[in-house]
Amino acid sequence: MVNELVDFTLVSIALLGIGIYGLAVKRNFIRMLFAIEIIINAANLNLVAFGRFIPESGGQTLALFSIAIAAAEVAVGLSLIIVAYRMYQNVDVADFRSLRG
Amino acid sequence: MADPVFVALAVVTIGSAVAALELRSLVYGSIALMGALGGIAGLFLLLDATFVALFQLAVYVGSIAVLILFTVMLVKRELIFKKIEDKRRKFAGVALMLVTMVALGAIFIDSGIKDITTDEPPVDFREIGSDFVTYYWPALILMGLILAGSVTGALVLARREDIEENGQRTS
Repeated sequence: MVNELVDFTLVSIALLGIGIYGLAVKRNFIRMLFAIEIIINAANLNLVAFGRFIPESGGQTLALFSIAIAAAEVAVGLSLIIVAYRMYQNVDVADFRSLRG
Repeated sequence: MADPVFVALAVVTIGSAVAALELRSLVYGSIALMGALGGIAGLFLLLDATFVALFQLAVYVGSIAVLILFTVMLVKRELIFKKIEDKRRKFAGVALMLVTMVALGAIFIDSGIKDITTDEPPVDFREIGSDFVTYYWPALILMGLILAGSVTGALVLARREDIEENGQRTS
């Protein structure tokens, strides 16, 4: 291997930071979904990287499971966006008030 | 030291992740997200995880990104180009990002993983396949059920008829 484990971890940390920034600052529901996707991908990168350097097939298996579950999560999230958009005609999470009491 | 392919892929991935969150238009943002996910697939290829890389390309770049693009197209035109964010939280968000990056990066660099290298051959993808049908088979079946359930639930949610166009639900 030319690359070292720490390089991949640093890329993953950078992606995690960007995702946290997106979740903290953005109020657009779709952008928040983007940020969640970026965080999940950072986790997957870590799994595969550590699995390569141990080496052990469990990392890749877990990453495959994680990708599949993320696909399900995105499907549900997008349908929630569609429902909320039909109710409020907006994608701003500050406007979604029916769960706010 | 890292090789140029890795550096290029890392720059593409992180740059498109920032672009996905910061571009004004949501359509371009979702295309940039596609670029970031493709960059991650390239990093998987560098890690000799060909199967995971192709899975990533098929699932993320192929289906999720297209699904997001179609959802974005359902949204009103003004909302696509409007930046909805907390101005007051912007600096706090950037500070949180920097703190996370610097703290975690310092911890990781300071820990022992800087010296970890490997000369061992990569894991064969046949091993992953046989793991899936032997040791992980209950998890595989559960995952299939969860996927089917969540996609059905998403369809039911998106097709609900009792939500009026202009506001509160009717029943």
